[in-house]
Amino acid sequence: MALTEQTHDPLVTQSRFSPLEVDVIKDQTGWIARVPGAYWLLGILLLIMPAIASDFTLDQIFGRAFIIGMIALSLMFLAGYGGMVSLVQMTIAAFAGYMIAIFGTSAITAISLGWPWWTSIPLALVLAVLFGTAVGALAVRTEGIYTIMITLAIASAFFYFTRQNYVLFNGFSGFNGVLPPQLFGVDWRGPKALYYLTLFWATVSFLAVLYVSRAPFGLALQGVRDNPRRMAALGFSVNAHRIAAYAFAALIAAVAGILNVWQFAQISPGTAATGPVIDILVVAVIGGLKRPIGPFIGAFIYVVLKTFAIDILVSMGLDGNRFQLLIGVSFLLIVFFSPDGILGLWERWREYRTRDPLLGKSGEGAP
Amino acid sequence: MRKFFDRHPFWSVIIFVVVAFFIWMVFAVWPEWLKDLIGRKKVFLNAVFNGITLGGLYFLVASGFTLIFGLMRNVNLAHGSLFLLGGYIGYWITSSTGYWLLAFPVAFIIVGALGVLLQIFVFRRMEGDDLKQTLVTIGISIVMADLMLWGVGGDFYNITPPQWLSGPVETFFVTGVKRSSGELIFMKYPIVRLVMFAAAVAIGVAMWVLLNKTQVGMLIRAGVDDREMLSATGARIQLVFVGVFAFGAGLAGLAGVVGGTFQTIAPGEDIRFLLASLVVVIVGGMGSITGAAIGALIIGLAEQIGSVYFPTYAVVLTFLIMVVVLAFRPQGLMGKTG
Repeated sequence: MALTEQTHDPLVTQSRFSPLEVDVIKDQTGWIARVPGAYWLLGILLLIMPAIASDFTLDQIFGRAFIIGMIALSLMFLAGYGGMVSLVQMTIAAFAGYMIAIFGTSAITAISLGWPWWTSIPLALVLAVLFGTAVGALAVRTEGIYTIMITLAIASAFFYFTRQNYVLFNGFSGFNGVLPPQLFGVDWRGPKALYYLTLFWATVSFLAVLYVSRAPFGLALQGVRDNPRRMAALGFSVNAHRIAAYAFAALIAAVAGILNVWQFAQISPGTAATGPVIDILVVAVIGGLKRPIGPFIGAFIYVVLKTFAIDILVSMGLDGNRFQLLIGVSFLLIVFFSPDGILGLWERWREYRTRDPLLGKSGEGAP
Repeated sequence: MRKFFDRHPFWSVIIFVVVAFFIWMVFAVWPEWLKDLIGRKKVFLNAVFNGITLGGLYFLVASGFTLIFGLMRNVNLAHGSLFLLGGYIGYWITSSTGYWLLAFPVAFIIVGALGVLLQIFVFRRMEGDDLKQTLVTIGISIVMADLMLWGVGGDFYNITPPQWLSGPVETFFVTGVKRSSGELIFMKYPIVRLVMFAAAVAIGVAMWVLLNKTQVGMLIRAGVDDREMLSATGARIQLVFVGVFAFGAGLAGLAGVVGGTFQTIAPGEDIRFLLASLVVVIVGGMGSITGAAIGALIIGLAEQIGSVYFPTYAVVLTFLIMVVVLAFRPQGLMGKTG
């Protein structure tokens, strides 16, 4: 990704400098100037959002979108940079949520150990990453569409297992009363606090994915995606890179899973049922699997649709309960017409607008 | 068989001992120590029978799935939805006409026709793009599940088999000895499940014959091995694709009627049977009918025996089988490498 982005760089495309010189110039200009203006605008808008939006919007729209977006981001990382479509990310998130409920405090005192947050949170993260790595180690034994099948099977097995197991996972009802710690005297479940908390972690994971995708590991991973044989011949361990990618994605999903359980204050097998598991894929595909911002766009659209589906459908003269139909049809349309999701549509439109009618080339003098 | 023994003598002996012990458990009158260890024989035999017949049902669902996958590299994640649709059609036909047998051809034809439409209007447009096809099938399954929920509602339906198939039949399997008279007690088992299983076996054998002994089967097998080469020889591969997709989808519809008679059909069953066929073909090997049969039997038995003897961990047992197979034979028991 980083390589292709560089060629779109105006400094390179205007060809006054060689790519090497551009790197030198970039080092001098500093990173602030390199972040596109739209991102600054978006960042400031998100920071002052609590002053504009209602508590409901903060909690139910933005909070949810950030959490779902993070889980979808972990899928995007695997699918976009690693070429592995893993349906197990929601399951890893739910696993982290279960761990926080088991080691921390919840209303089910018979099972919850009630350990302090500085033990339970790291423990939950570590265990979830281990779980994700184990799943990854299993899934990388297969390729392409097989990965979807294996991960879907694992995700469903986890769902049925948590529903049947009462000793550890408290079966059908799961855990309720899982509250975040009252750190710094803030109630982290309050709409504004939760908004900033989820915003913070969403930003951190977004930047982490961006960084990793341009770091040597990320570049090697993209090499593995494009040509595993050549990478193996160059001396890279293909499977080790893939499993490491699963571990990194599991960490993001685990953080999102903990935020998720705090937002609802409860976790049950339904959190990781087949529906939500597939929804994460739907979200990532609708947003676009090529860029880290895609999953967040997809999650925002998904959450808005889900929240206002009844109003939308009723205004179209349909039954308000047909949310899944709406989601399914829009997913189908996106997959059919734009494999890169909404972002792909946007890029194509921009390319179309900037195309030179005589040369048929695009990109010259792009805004 | 011989080759397998030569290559893995140790494993062959273990498999032989296990199978022999299993057969002994099925046929012998159990001694007291065994009864103390794992309970009554009737429970065990019932679990085995349920497992085998459930395996028959799984085979019907999974064989269509694996056939489509083997030829077209298309993971049809809407397969469970086709199964559910078949079940609803079967219920509707049986309850409106009263002819249970009529439900099978009707479900087969309607769901098969839907498969033809899917192949022509959806999958042909994105040939060679595996991931896109798979994503589309996910979308289709979401849409179909919601449409069926809309049309039929969330109730449970059960297809009642005709009079001559209802009730239990006495089999020749001994479950115990009467204390007072020393007579042998034979097991009673629902006849409809036995008939269904026999039908599944018959369909399986017919498919094997079709694939291995006929010209059409030769075409399909050639397509599974190398479809570019097959189309280069002038075979009308698109026709083969449509035919196989229709047949696979029709089998799913047929299995839906069987499933509706065995158990109940309701929203959510589509996912359950999709998952079952996924696990079956992962264990058995992608694209192999024999593999699907073996996998279906293993998964059916594991599920039923597991749910009787360790109810909390029945799912884990199925899952463990999958993990073990993946760890040692990633291509599945009967799958080909490469």
